Amino acid sequence: MTLVKTVEETLEEGLVLKVRGLDVRFYTYAGVVKAVSGVSFEVREKEFVALVGETGCGKTVTTRALTRLIDPPGRIVAGSVLFRRKNGTVVDLLKVPDEVLREIRGNEIAYIFQDPSSALDPLYTAGYHIVETLIAHNKKVKRSEAVREAIRLLKEVLIPHPEVRVKNYPHELSGGMRQRVVIATAVANKPKLLIADEPTTNLDVTVQAQILDLLKEVQSRYSMSVILITHNLGVVADVADRVYVMYAGKIVESADVFTIFEKPMHPYTRMLLRAVPNPLKKIEKLESIPGTVPNLINPPPGCRFHPRCPYAKNECMREEPPTIEVERGHYVSCWLYHRR
Amino acid sequence: MGLTSLVKGVGLKKYFPVRGSFFKKVKAVDGVDIEIAKGETFGVVGETGSGKSTLGRLLLRLIEPTAGRIYFDGKDITKMKGEALKRFRRNAQMVFQDPHTSLNPRLTIAEILLEPLREHGIIVDDPEAFLVEQLEMVGLGKQHLYRYPHELSGGQKQRVAILRAILLKPKFVVLDEPTSALDVSVQAQILNMLKDLQKKFNMTYMFISHDLGVVKYMSNKIAVMYLGKFMEIADADEIFEKPLHPYTKVLFSSIPIPDPKIARSRKRLRILGEPPSPINLPPGCRFHPRCPYVMDRCRREEPPMIEVEPKHYVTCWLYVKK
Repeated sequence: MTLVKTVEETLEEGLVLKVRGLDVRFYTYAGVVKAVSGVSFEVREKEFVALVGETGCGKTVTTRALTRLIDPPGRIVAGSVLFRRKNGTVVDLLKVPDEVLREIRGNEIAYIFQDPSSALDPLYTAGYHIVETLIAHNKKVKRSEAVREAIRLLKEVLIPHPEVRVKNYPHELSGGMRQRVVIATAVANKPKLLIADEPTTNLDVTVQAQILDLLKEVQSRYSMSVILITHNLGVVADVADRVYVMYAGKIVESADVFTIFEKPMHPYTRMLLRAVPNPLKKIEKLESIPGTVPNLINPPPGCRFHPRCPYAKNECMREEPPTIEVERGHYVSCWLYHRR
Repeated sequence: MGLTSLVKGVGLKKYFPVRGSFFKKVKAVDGVDIEIAKGETFGVVGETGSGKSTLGRLLLRLIEPTAGRIYFDGKDITKMKGEALKRFRRNAQMVFQDPHTSLNPRLTIAEILLEPLREHGIIVDDPEAFLVEQLEMVGLGKQHLYRYPHELSGGQKQRVAILRAILLKPKFVVLDEPTSALDVSVQAQILNMLKDLQKKFNMTYMFISHDLGVVKYMSNKIAVMYLGKFMEIADADEIFEKPLHPYTKVLFSSIPIPDPKIARSRKRLRILGEPPSPINLPPGCRFHPRCPYVMDRCRREEPPMIEVEPKHYVTCWLYVKK
């Protein structure tokens, strides 16, 4: 990992994770895709953070890069990811040796991926997935103990008849049930940070609501921090404490959830919020954002949103906007709020 | 049948055979009465497997009903054949969910759009000029005419699919989750365009979706479907203000509301479990195993659909007066 340039940073009290200047590129035949450019964010202890944005904005790549889950042709070219481990030490995940990273993945940082059907191996039972996760990180655990723990976990994620279900194969479970098994697997080792990547996207609304309730519940039970990736602003409003809005590989705005919805500042956030039909309101005409998301091989110069922005000024086309703290804890990357 | 109704289905049923069994059937649509008025948008919401797409296909005669009759513009089209059926097809079109698979990847946009014209023997003097004019109507242009679907974005493809459906100026269009594969910013563009086109050509829509916000925005009237049956039908505003059926209530309290204050303060009504299989429907009311208000009668007898208030229909024993 000598290619990764880092800036010396320290991890303040109360933070679990601090990401600075993360840059991920994909070297494809068509050109270099600048999927994530200069992304910085933090996650506090026990905080529920949402990373929201449209398809291709780099949400998933960002969170996968945290534990270096980026395969070629992708590469992490810059940045630092400071993480406070269970034993209290602070490490830069982009620099630690692979063995240390293996200890962390699935044990201290766990993932829930979008599609529960492909997250589970069809050849192994629901219980096996949990038992394997437990034993992989604690060699001393006896198999029989691990199985008992698996049943307890399945019960905790509200799977009926856990002693029967533990022996079920993924195809014998419904979509919602599979996602519950994935959640049980993810929390098996009581991680400090849980990363949930669109955990409810393929599920029906009634099941989605159940899974979101469950996520909230396991978060408080295990005092975990959660990063939830979603494109659904309704889901964000429901569960998140703080929100990062991403657009074309960059974070454009961040604030606590109430501020984001009440006082959005970035033109993209504003338009995005007005583009979502709220079923409880009478809407005459939805606002739509003209144009489409830019190609990240040749992203627009200056602010990446300027070609679709109704307030674009000259400087937006030339120079990247600075990130401004417009009020305490509310950050916007936009020239509109820059005062000279 | 009222003068204003355009599409009507009476006692519609569609059972699909289950492979390997002579007796088991998937009851995708299991007794639906539907009436769609001219010029309105009739929204159908429901979860996966509730039969909403099957219902849309039945009304267009894309599949044959197991039982029931379908009327279009006052005519019984249930058994219509040949030329008459073809004339009906010209007036009733469909837009599918996934624009990536509903366009033939080997044809250019021009060829895709000329197909319906050729099929219905419509001759245009200058096809290119005609198509360019039409493309501009859906926010595309001449530069897209000779491209292939893979060269377009998802939103652009869905614009082509919509244009193909409305090219023959149909009276009725079934929109089956037309924006669920698209991002929100693009979704808003497509929804607004659909509304504009509807006004311009005086079309009647049936709008199928699982996204309640989208259905509310698009529809005049909304039907909530569960396991092949309508649970509740009412005007769009009415059903959101006063949902009556327990399933509708649960469904509405499960939708994520893009407003953290409301989202966190509202009453939560949750049900456990997932919809049962449409092969082995529970006896009595099909919602009873998950219903928080279940009574004895619900387990034994199937509730009728009753008009609780003017134009507000509910299929539930709670509202049947003894």
